[in-house]
Amino acid sequence: MSGSLLSVEHLTTVFDLAGGPVPAVDDVSFEIRAGETLGLVGESGSGKSITALSIMRLVQPPGRIASGRILFKGRDLLTLSEADMRAVRGANIALIFQEPMTALNPVFTVGDQIAEALLVHNLATRREARSRAVELLDAVRVPDGAARVRDYPHQLSGGMRQRVLIAMALACKPSLVIADEPTTALDVTIQAQILELLRDMSSAFNLSLLLITHDLGIIAETADRVAVMYAGRIVEEGSVRAILREPKHPYTRGLLASIPGGSPGARLRAIEGTVPMLGALPPGCAFNPRCPDRFEPCTTAPPPEYNVGQEHGARCYLYDPSRPATVLSRQSPVASRQSTVKPDATR
Amino acid sequence: MPLVEVSHLVKYFTRDKGLFRAGTSVKAVDDVSFEIDEGETFGLVGESGSGKTTTGRCILRLVGATSGAVRFRGEDVLAATRSRMRQMRRDMQIVFQDPYSSLNPRMRARQIVEEPLIIHRLGDRTARRERVAELFRLVGLDPAHLERYPHQFSGGQRQRIGLARALALNPSFVVLDEPVSALDVSVQAQVINLLMDLQHQLHLTYLFIAHDLRLVEHICSRVAVMYLGRIVEMGPARSLFSTARHPYTCALLSAVPVTDPDAPRTRIVLDPASVDRGAALRQIADGHWAAI
Repeated sequence: MSGSLLSVEHLTTVFDLAGGPVPAVDDVSFEIRAGETLGLVGESGSGKSITALSIMRLVQPPGRIASGRILFKGRDLLTLSEADMRAVRGANIALIFQEPMTALNPVFTVGDQIAEALLVHNLATRREARSRAVELLDAVRVPDGAARVRDYPHQLSGGMRQRVLIAMALACKPSLVIADEPTTALDVTIQAQILELLRDMSSAFNLSLLLITHDLGIIAETADRVAVMYAGRIVEEGSVRAILREPKHPYTRGLLASIPGGSPGARLRAIEGTVPMLGALPPGCAFNPRCPDRFEPCTTAPPPEYNVGQEHGARCYLYDPSRPATVLSRQSPVASRQSTVKPDATR
Repeated sequence: MPLVEVSHLVKYFTRDKGLFRAGTSVKAVDDVSFEIDEGETFGLVGESGSGKTTTGRCILRLVGATSGAVRFRGEDVLAATRSRMRQMRRDMQIVFQDPYSSLNPRMRARQIVEEPLIIHRLGDRTARRERVAELFRLVGLDPAHLERYPHQFSGGQRQRIGLARALALNPSFVVLDEPVSALDVSVQAQVINLLMDLQHQLHLTYLFIAHDLRLVEHICSRVAVMYLGRIVEMGPARSLFSTARHPYTCALLSAVPVTDPDAPRTRIVLDPASVDRGAALRQIADGHWAAI
């Protein structure tokens, strides 16, 4: 199958709080093609995890999906009955949670938990499910899978537990796997192994992967395309090379610039201020109070997406083609970047 | 004379023998020695369970060491009496990893920062209040928020409160135990900049415990790599990161994700058999030691 496997269109997920509805995901659109890995980057509170839960229709009250469409293989998941949606979860779209320590049930063996996925969807008999569980543990490179199926989660290390979670996700041969910060609880050497496993699995099973992370290094190593989220909105989207080599949105540029590197001991180029609270977003572009390139239109309305390159879009007024050329040269991203370097050098 | 001298530090955590089980012990820190010079930032890196946090806590005597010695300005910390230890603690402080659990949620920010001054009976009420406001400004917090509770601050601001508390007694040595790992990426850089500024301004010496190698390379002058309770490699940051020699250090460095999409990626997977656990540290270059 070519073209898009999953297409999220204008998704808005709100939380009904005492003070009124607060959008955690605000008019988010993106697509994932068959066999492709899309990286969704953002900090805490950016809405990346709620986006994942929305796709699975697992947002719990007071949260609710307010509007939009989620087309999976052409079918809008938001119109399905709960029973039909249950058939999609696990079988077609699987979710790998962040915490391998808590996502497994401590009172069942890992074999039972992998087999359960197959049994729930009536994809195997009990005996077949057992042997599938062993095969899956072998596939995710858990050594001696035949013995490990009888282990309880507490007998396994964090890295091994994360492999079990990946085996569970792959059990029903889904076409899309959503991995929400799959390596944050792990050490770097284990993280590297898990990322390599995800890459191998996605090519071996022609999986599409939605990889949610806050680490741009993980994105560089794993993703084909990237969407950057800030305060519930996607602010920039493009190929991994475009985003990391030629970031356009001031937030993406700030994130990349703040990563330690360059000359040791030099001040880091921090983004000033803090991530805004979702209930109290500034007017206009949510990033404007922290933005070094802010100018008049930024506080008026949230910017639309502008095309800034081949399949590369940014929601930033800097790229409004109707801006007067004089302003553009004065406010060009290159010039403004230099101006942010100067205070660091003189401090 | 180095400011802090750790020699042959050992910490075993033991589980007592029970009716149906034998007593077991975990060698969390296993014969660790290093020195920290005045004014430097010494990095201690390693993965979870490598013993880096326990080492930091043993130095401050927050956990009792099994054996070995820690000297601060030449004075034995582990042998100090209770009252002497109390005086010495004014000079050696710690900032914890998790700004969410390391601040008492029932205390106001002012009380949190003021508490060390009360415990050490420094100044009267007015003097303490002035000092707290001064500390707030020092770490980049607005003194108008003194009466707020921890939950009313963001993660980065909470870590600044923890830093203000650590600096209240004017220490010369601060253990920073993963001070930014719980913070958002865009806020980490702010706190790191603050730490570097304060070091300069107050002539602080840091023991920086972290697992983020990019960060350690950036701010540390010297680095020790811990693996299973031992230091396997130690040296000037520049030398250690450019010419790592121990197989574990090489594996660790190769596992760090790089943001350059075109960077060559050669992953070195550690073969535990290749680590000679009995090897002693030997000098392989000027000030650069490896247990190979």
